[in-house]
Amino acid sequence: MALKHVNAVIVGAGAGGGVVAKELATAGLSVVLLERGQWYTAADCRKDDLRNQRTSPLGNNSGPDEDRNPRVAVDLNGNPRVVLPSEGGYSNNAACVGGGTFTYGAQAWRFHEKDFRMASTYGSPAGSTLADWPLSYADLEPYYEKAEYEIGVSGDVSADPFHAPRRKPLPMPPVPPNREYGILKAAAQKLGLHPFDLPMLRNSVPYNGRPPCMQCRWCVGFACEVNAKCGTQNTVIPTAIATGNCDLRINSMARQILTDARGRVTGVAYHDAENRLREQTADIVIVSSSAIESARLLLNSSSKLHPAGLGNHSDQVGRNLQGHSYSGAWGLFDFDTYDDIGPGASIAISDFNHGTPGLIGGAMLANEFIRLPYQFVGAAPPGTPAWGPAHKEFMRQWYRRSIAIQGPTQEIPIADSRVSLDPKIKDFWGLPVARLSGGKHPKTNETATAMTEKAEAWLKAAGAIRTWKKLPGKGTSGGQHQAGTCRMGSDPATSVTDPFCRVHHHDNLYVIDGSVHVTNGGFNPVLTIMAIAYRAAERIAQSRKGRGA
Amino acid sequence: MSDHSINSLRRRKFLRIAGAASAGGALISCGGPKSPWRFLTIAEGETLAALCEQIIPTDQTPGASWAGVVNFIDRQLIGPYRRQRDAYRTGLAELNRIAVGLGVPSFADLDAPRQAALLQSLDGAPKRFFTTVIAHTMQGYYGDPRHGGNRDAISWRMLGVPVIPIRGRNRYEFPKRGA
Repeated sequence: MALKHVNAVIVGAGAGGGVVAKELATAGLSVVLLERGQWYTAADCRKDDLRNQRTSPLGNNSGPDEDRNPRVAVDLNGNPRVVLPSEGGYSNNAACVGGGTFTYGAQAWRFHEKDFRMASTYGSPAGSTLADWPLSYADLEPYYEKAEYEIGVSGDVSADPFHAPRRKPLPMPPVPPNREYGILKAAAQKLGLHPFDLPMLRNSVPYNGRPPCMQCRWCVGFACEVNAKCGTQNTVIPTAIATGNCDLRINSMARQILTDARGRVTGVAYHDAENRLREQTADIVIVSSSAIESARLLLNSSSKLHPAGLGNHSDQVGRNLQGHSYSGAWGLFDFDTYDDIGPGASIAISDFNHGTPGLIGGAMLANEFIRLPYQFVGAAPPGTPAWGPAHKEFMRQWYRRSIAIQGPTQEIPIADSRVSLDPKIKDFWGLPVARLSGGKHPKTNETATAMTEKAEAWLKAAGAIRTWKKLPGKGTSGGQHQAGTCRMGSDPATSVTDPFCRVHHHDNLYVIDGSVHVTNGGFNPVLTIMAIAYRAAERIAQSRKGRGA
Repeated sequence: MSDHSINSLRRRKFLRIAGAASAGGALISCGGPKSPWRFLTIAEGETLAALCEQIIPTDQTPGASWAGVVNFIDRQLIGPYRRQRDAYRTGLAELNRIAVGLGVPSFADLDAPRQAALLQSLDGAPKRFFTTVIAHTMQGYYGDPRHGGNRDAISWRMLGVPVIPIRGRNRYEFPKRGA
């Protein structure tokens, strides 16, 4: 039986797709929201320290399925290997309703103004594809505000002199501080830095009918037991469904974007929960599957008129893959820093996002989330044996007397860091899998190293008796912050979408997620993904006015 | 639930206890020719127990063997670690082969300093296997007891982490709206 034609089909119910579904459904459009994973709720919260979205030796807790979704990761020496979702090189985000927002730590950053014009600010270094965004912070400001108020953000950035202009304060006060907050605040002030309360998509007071954070230690990587974290699965997606205009279909794996004989996009072919192949036709197709899978779907949608895949006439789809080069430091203290009060991450500085001589960009730095015991195993300083009595002693001595500071160093995009289709390996459905390859620009590594020094200095000022650096790897990053693979731009020769996320040369195909980020800021990217989704969805809804639903 | 399944549950529970005990060396004869483990043979269980104990030895706190890390690993080998079964089978055999070269029947028969020296000297495939076992042992010892290791949450007690892992819930009250 043919499926009823709809106005819009959205592939992926994460940060971007959830927002778009709500905006279009409330504007009166009929929407089908396809999600390859499950719809979990707070009741599915499973506080398992070895099986979650951040630490997954026994698997992950919010998809994708371990056996059906391999990828190929190519190391810096060019050696490919098949990787599974729970393995390091996979760069997993999530596959469930809410996507990464279901289990994230929920940091809710606005990028700085300079983050949208990195090339004009710093120049584009040789070997990079560093470019300005085709939109400015001012263009996005109203939509940042909308995300903060509709989805819900707590925190207080008023003490941060570096943040970009904003019209309204955050809608909720900060979550109460933990012990590390006090230790690090005084230290940052001593150094002349400007510490402030981390903004988070997390209720600190009752908001949107859901309760506040109970400050447990099971936060990043886990579903929230009391539903206090604000993701798309407990905000905009239920709103979209409540309109009666949005049909959410879980366990639905998109296979291909369909085109007609003239090359125009007509819908999406997908496998339903019983693996039957279905065709959902729609006026508009919106790809919101996050940077790796969105690029893969476009590349897997080749046809006679689009032999290299959709949107890929300039060989841009899949390029400029970036996440963040997480850089920071550990410090050991001669007093207890651990107080078992979550979420842990509580205090930040953005003194080093821009303006450090010689560097291109930088990173926001913050203390880390509460770590569970197994997560501390790999923290041992250089020179500590990986096993035996000395390692056990390290764990015993320092678990409660240590602080980690780190931040997402902004990456300088390069064309060779990319998603392509693997020529050999196929997934459960017979589709070529994503092949991740490339590396990082030397300037990225330079900035990351500089950020580790800043983190170390902060810890020393806080009284750390020993510190050491946490340097990121030099391979391609991605993971939960994956971005850049379908960058927006004005020139179709060097970009995939226009500034409103519409794929060049198509009038009804959009990519709305982190894929369109030209650069990824020195901040967690989710609030920017949401803001861009609000802005793009508003334009789509406006363009359909008067055309009926 | 049928009587049959209750019996099989009891049997599984018994086997688990017997297995954990035999790793400690107390009930070696109990398993008879059939291994009490899910995947490992009795001999492999002994070798692995000695290996894990090298990785996290007993000091003032019990080590990996007492904490049931062999039980943890054996359990994961029929689940998330299933792709590493061959690595365990050949890796443990290789350790014993090296030990035979040193004049003892198996790795577990070496005294602790000689075991440590042997592990320090590993190279190539055996070293890669040892690296895998280090990671798995850490998971079994420091991870949640629900997975079959970290008996009595011994590592969490050692680290000083509150063992009931639900802080927050007990002091959690919804503030009144508008309060």
